[in-house]
Amino acid sequence: MSAYWKSNQRRLAPWLFLFPGMVMFAIYVIIPIFQSMWLSFYDWDGLGAKTWIGTANYVELFDDDAFTTSLWNNVIWLVMFLLAVPVGLLMAIFLNQTVRGIRIYKSLFFFPFVISQVVVGLMFAWFYAPNFGLLYQLTEFLSGTGIAVLADETYVNYGIIVAGLWPQIAYVMILYLTGLNNVAPDQIEAARLDGAKGWKMLWYVIIPQLRPATFIAVVVTIIGALRSFDLVSIMTAGGPYGSSRVLSYYMYEQALSEYGYRMGYGAAIAVVLFGIMMIFISGFIWKMWRDETER
Amino acid sequence: MFPRPIEQTSPATQIMYKVALPIALVIWLFPLLGVALTSLRPASDLAQGNYFGMPSYIAFENYASVFTQSAIGQYILNSFKLTIPVVIGVVALSTMTGFALGIYKFRYNMVVFFIFVAGNFVPFQILMVPVRDMTVNLGLINTTTGLGLFHIAFQTGFCTLFMRNFIKAMPFELVEAARVEGISEIRIFWYIVVPLMRPAIAALSVLVFTFVWNEYFWATVLTTSASIQPVTAGLNSLNGQWIAQWHLVSAGSIIAALPPVLMFFLMQKHFIAGLTLGAVK
Repeated sequence: MSAYWKSNQRRLAPWLFLFPGMVMFAIYVIIPIFQSMWLSFYDWDGLGAKTWIGTANYVELFDDDAFTTSLWNNVIWLVMFLLAVPVGLLMAIFLNQTVRGIRIYKSLFFFPFVISQVVVGLMFAWFYAPNFGLLYQLTEFLSGTGIAVLADETYVNYGIIVAGLWPQIAYVMILYLTGLNNVAPDQIEAARLDGAKGWKMLWYVIIPQLRPATFIAVVVTIIGALRSFDLVSIMTAGGPYGSSRVLSYYMYEQALSEYGYRMGYGAAIAVVLFGIMMIFISGFIWKMWRDETER
Repeated sequence: MFPRPIEQTSPATQIMYKVALPIALVIWLFPLLGVALTSLRPASDLAQGNYFGMPSYIAFENYASVFTQSAIGQYILNSFKLTIPVVIGVVALSTMTGFALGIYKFRYNMVVFFIFVAGNFVPFQILMVPVRDMTVNLGLINTTTGLGLFHIAFQTGFCTLFMRNFIKAMPFELVEAARVEGISEIRIFWYIVVPLMRPAIAALSVLVFTFVWNEYFWATVLTTSASIQPVTAGLNSLNGQWIAQWHLVSAGSIIAALPPVLMFFLMQKHFIAGLTLGAVK
């Protein structure tokens, strides 16, 4: 035994070290993905027997207005959330100085990312609150009638997305601050000698060098947008009249809330969301794979 | 350096920049400042509609009443009971997986690595029903262990990516030299690689602590009772009880946010390194 180990340890060691992590990850992450896919073809209340119903759950999704609303809201989230990337870049540029106390400023600007989304949700709910909320008072002052953002079907999604953007911008900003630190100073000097400055410098010299930071920023922002759950749950619980539901929240509602225990239907919603995210995930993985193998 | 250092610009621009900084910060942190101020405002002020004027006095009693009238102390304790073992578990698992994937060249190295990376991006909802079902079957529903096990497994994905990249950037000659000396692989891991990974371990601990402390979805799916739920889920149910009592909601929010905030300020360097090193080097 020990002789076998001695002569083969270089071959066996990696699997030995991988074993606990791989087992945990397989049990809790990889296998459940396939279980959910399988479950999406069943009718199941979570307790009794499962009934095979084929694609009936998916067919039902097509006629489900709540599903369409959620899907559309996910698109709005995705598009709006990407604003975090340029805004985060601008903030990083604004803060990339060496004046006294700038380090404290940078950490304070980063602050929203450290706070739980539950707390962020409550803070913005206070900001948007009807009657006394600051935004309500501001709109009342400007237009005569106050807008209670979270009770208004037109604005509710944007209200929640702004709350989500707050920590996301902070995250992107910190990625870009690190990126700006690593921009080659000689290239900037060379470009300055050639007369480049301001926007031209940013567009032709800086942004190309920030590509690794931009990649990560886009990845985390897209994933963050499609995963949004906490803020919707805290700020509106999908309301008013289901107008701020997103797929992740609608799935939770169907599978595990007072609305009922439709595990199979919930799983079908999750599979759709997973499918959408897989488009992006495969893109990221493909790019990362290429970078790794080119090295 | 980009943009041009402010010291090289005109004095007027420099002054403008120094004035703009605090103004921008106050606007940026507005929701936070508002809630912090509300948490120190007496209930009577709010009842009279004095939301933004001078408070009649600084009401530290809001914080006292949050602790005496609600289970927030219990929730905070639950969060610590959950978060600390998870951090230890994740660091242990991902140090090993990162070592295996960063040091050894074997056939399925990249496949295993990218499974960890991809798994880290999936939506939680596709895991929800099976994970909850399994937790029920194991008798671990509504326990810290049940919730903690999931977090350990899931966070291992991101942490493997991080650890593996960190180890890849280490000088490989150390390992080779040790092998020439005839040191076993396990000893190489424990006596050579782990000591060099201390900064990575510190960075990951801070990050995982913050992620798990702030996590909300799984807390609501896998736990239900106040004696088990972490503070994020607890705060949501307290918010339901404290309808429109914003002085209490605010104080509760500040209390719940405090531990990760302190962690961030104490370990700032590690925190930022953790968020950016895995990716932007």
